Amino acid sequence: MGLVLGFEWLILIIKQVLNNILDNSVITKNPFTILGRSVLLMVQRIGRTSVFFIRGFFSIFFPPVKLIKILDQVYFIGAKSIFVIVLTGAFIGMVLGLQGYYTLVKFGSEGVLGSVVALSLIREMGPVMTAIMVIGRAGSAMAAEIGIMRISEQIDALETMNIDPVRFLFSPRLAAALISFPMLTALFDVIGIIGGYVTGSLLLGINSGIYFARVESSVLIQDVSGGFIKSIIFAMVVVTICSSQGYYTHTRSDGFGAKGVSLSTTSAVVISSVLVLLTDYILTSFLI
Amino acid sequence: MDQPLIQLKNICKKFGQNVVLHNANLNIYKGEVTTIIGKSGSGKSVLLKHIIGLMEPDSGKILFKDRQVSEMNKKERYNLKKKFSYMFQGTALFDYMTVLDNIALPLRETTSLRESEILNRSHNMLAQLDLYEIDDKYPSQISGGMKKRVAMARALVTDPEIVLFDEPTTGLDPIRKNAVHSMIASYQKRFEFTGVLVSHEIPDVFYISQRVAMLDNRTILFEGTPDEIQKSTKPEIRQFIHASINFTGSESETS
Repeated sequence: MGLVLGFEWLILIIKQVLNNILDNSVITKNPFTILGRSVLLMVQRIGRTSVFFIRGFFSIFFPPVKLIKILDQVYFIGAKSIFVIVLTGAFIGMVLGLQGYYTLVKFGSEGVLGSVVALSLIREMGPVMTAIMVIGRAGSAMAAEIGIMRISEQIDALETMNIDPVRFLFSPRLAAALISFPMLTALFDVIGIIGGYVTGSLLLGINSGIYFARVESSVLIQDVSGGFIKSIIFAMVVVTICSSQGYYTHTRSDGFGAKGVSLSTTSAVVISSVLVLLTDYILTSFLI
Repeated sequence: MDQPLIQLKNICKKFGQNVVLHNANLNIYKGEVTTIIGKSGSGKSVLLKHIIGLMEPDSGKILFKDRQVSEMNKKERYNLKKKFSYMFQGTALFDYMTVLDNIALPLRETTSLRESEILNRSHNMLAQLDLYEIDDKYPSQISGGMKKRVAMARALVTDPEIVLFDEPTTGLDPIRKNAVHSMIASYQKRFEFTGVLVSHEIPDVFYISQRVAMLDNRTILFEGTPDEIQKSTKPEIRQFIHASINFTGSESETS
């Protein structure tokens, strides 16, 4: 999956470089100019997204805090994702149970299946899969919604009314994601452990007492807190990328109007998925 | 004549290689309606967006009461923006909010009024614009003319000092068009706001405007009173005004 996303990202970058070349009326064939222009554009976009995040993050705490709006978004990002999280959590747990059992049985250590399932889920699969699922369910919708607001001048309208669009559109989503992601991750972990129990104990015959005793003995508080730290960072990455892709739809050079929104939605999903995997590696290397 | 409230001096703006404004100068006076006329695509809306700060000029100055806007600090700019209101050509209503929520939004977000007072003011505004029983409807459920009036209600609900109207009557039938024009005129008299109007409705707008500016060939070609523009001997102005009047005349004859 990571490979596919990485490939899509690469294609996206190549397309952007080509667009930058075609965009300029003075067509240059100097490869250094092309490279330089693309790097500058990339740096500009990273800077713009960082400023977008900082503005949105600090706006959460400026009074008056809009609790109703945050709760609306908690419902959209969190509550409405429960079904998909339960479903994927159950199947991921069941597959882990199945694969874990047939691998461990070769070494005669199928008794530690509970540890394998629980640690894999709590440390890695839970936060990552939850983020990927929320990107697909809520992140794409976020990018599309904000993108449509941009092209239909609704964001300009907010500015003319002296309403900060970043605070109005992005901050409640960010706050809601910071609340929802850890909760969804916890749910994913619990359902996944139960899924592992279903295949490991109920179908393949491992003693359920041993399975849960292993879960209890092997999982440390550092594992749980590490998983939550990951989910909080992923929440920031996902919501910032998805919202900023929609917010800056009008600056795209490769598509305008509806096409621009569709491209922004695609970019939002691809970039945030890749960044989740990339950030996961970096965080794991610090947390392990 | 008094000192202008807003001055645009030598405004230049281009998008890529496309020069939209070149050394455009415009004076807007307090308590008057200034209408900007010009061909489609001549940059009227771009000029209007410069006034409210939605666009920054590539070069040139925008002055408010002799103070350059670009030199104002964040707080001063915020306070200046509070005086403005803008009615978009495409209405820019929030399609996921009801009509009532659209109108109440600027009050809810930028004032500390009580909810009952906000609803009261929003309902009054709807009633003044002949908009009944559409409070709970979404913009996609009402007609184009109604959307225009809802956008106008949203622009006026905060009692702004300066209102910018970007083609407020485009797409309206003649009766509604006249109603919107008279509404702008009567509101302007009642609330004494300064209005800037972008419109093609010639000669109708001459009756509600104290000043007219014509944008042509990327710059302000003429600035003066409606009488002065009608008496102008400049061929570009005569051609534009007479073509518009003849078109409006023949249109009303056929209808």
